[in-house]
Amino acid sequence: MAKRINTGYYFSEGFHNVFSHGLMSFAAVCMIVACLLIMGTFTLVAVNMEHMLGELERENEFIAYIDESYTRQQAQGLESKLAELENVAEVTFVTKEEAQQSYLQGREEVELLKELPATVFRDRYRIHVEDIRDISATVDRVKAVPGVAKITVALEIAQGFVLVRNIAMGVALVLIAMLMVISLFIISNTIKLATFYRREEIAIMKMCGATNSFVRWPFVYEGMLLGIAGAVVAFFLQWGVYQLVCGFIDRSAGMGLVVIIPFAAMATRIFTTFLVSGFVIGVGGSTMAIRKFLQV
Amino acid sequence: MIRLIDIYKEYDNGTKALKGVNLRIDDGEFVFLVGPSGSGKSTIIKLITGEVYPTAGRMMVNGFSPDNMRASQIPLMRRTLGVIFQDFRLIEKKTVWENLSFVMRAVGCSGRETRRRIPYVLKLVGLEGKENHFPNELSGGEQQRVAIARALVNNPSMIIADEPTGNLDPQRSYEIMDLLKRINELGTTVLMVTHERDLVDRFGKRVVAIEDGKIISDETGGYYNG
Repeated sequence: MAKRINTGYYFSEGFHNVFSHGLMSFAAVCMIVACLLIMGTFTLVAVNMEHMLGELERENEFIAYIDESYTRQQAQGLESKLAELENVAEVTFVTKEEAQQSYLQGREEVELLKELPATVFRDRYRIHVEDIRDISATVDRVKAVPGVAKITVALEIAQGFVLVRNIAMGVALVLIAMLMVISLFIISNTIKLATFYRREEIAIMKMCGATNSFVRWPFVYEGMLLGIAGAVVAFFLQWGVYQLVCGFIDRSAGMGLVVIIPFAAMATRIFTTFLVSGFVIGVGGSTMAIRKFLQV
Repeated sequence: MIRLIDIYKEYDNGTKALKGVNLRIDDGEFVFLVGPSGSGKSTIIKLITGEVYPTAGRMMVNGFSPDNMRASQIPLMRRTLGVIFQDFRLIEKKTVWENLSFVMRAVGCSGRETRRRIPYVLKLVGLEGKENHFPNELSGGEQQRVAIARALVNNPSMIIADEPTGNLDPQRSYEIMDLLKRINELGTTVLMVTHERDLVDRFGKRVVAIEDGKIISDETGGYYNG
């Protein structure tokens, strides 16, 4: 008899098995959904925190004051030199008149300041950096540019941001890794339980002369289908939960500072990640689970 | 053909199940393997089906040598055997047709081949019209017939029946025996493990008696306990 086992047969057997062992399939899908949801929620919190810290970082800047002996034209000529420096994201030229206006805002009632001449102020540049971690080196590079007389920078604040972000990302990564290991363990055990329930069926197949691959492939396809089903369900639940939380934050007073990334902006990435995770968990879990029962 | 030459089997827990067994079963024979519980009958079956390996000795099963063959060859050896169990071991979630077709698919048969072979085998065991029934919709005798059909469906050269009538009433037992006899007359070797004296005595076939891991008698046309 010719060997004509094909993917179609394995797939149809795997598909059929999903429904013929409905309860165990349901349990496995629920487990995958729960694990992906927990991991997904945590990752989204971490991503949003990272985003918010990034936003705060972008607002961080330092001021480079121009030598008073430089004319306005000469001062403006420094812009291209400063913009070319490494780690400089953006430079904005501020004239001494603009600096005066800015200084006086909110101090209109102070009589003494009303007669303060603009010459007291210097032309200056507001400089934003790309990576706040390298701000000290960037400051040194700006200082070295001829025409820059003085720099004011709140290094402690910048370093504080870096510290907070590093701690937040470290904690998030450790927790996500732990959750992933726990999830794999739980899912592998759920699939193992489903396989244990069918050990008799496997033993019969083996006794009738089925090869290990003939027994294994339908289980692998079954695991894959369960993983994908779990991923799709988890994606839509995650979407719902995220929208719910976003709505709550939007309505809350005093939460205006919190900038949430819209789900739609991340949907493709989340869906792909869930799909790949579900696939790996389903296929990996069923392959690991069935190995023990093939030794008949 | 089966040949066991000076076979010893000691399990990991120290139980000495077989102590120098010599046995030859030629193609087309009908052999009863009898003996009390714990005598070594099941170990002989497990050796033949490749579930366990001998501790010492040599053996040959339908051209395969289980004592020194690669694991990948075990499925090929098993395809030359059809195994029937006392508790039927049918897959409850599959219909009669599916219980037979998956065995055929397991050895690489096409859908067309299964559609041609299964009706023939079901007719042979007297189960025409039961294709779409699930095992729990059938009587014990019918379930055992499905198990026999499953053992036969890949046209093995040998049927191994491990107490196939143990769960059946006497009338059904005789029917199953008649069926196995008919299968044997069609050319398939039958090795049947039993401790039902009436059946053994009534059919007058070769009887191999085993006790305490040793063959104590081997007679054609024999009776239980010689």
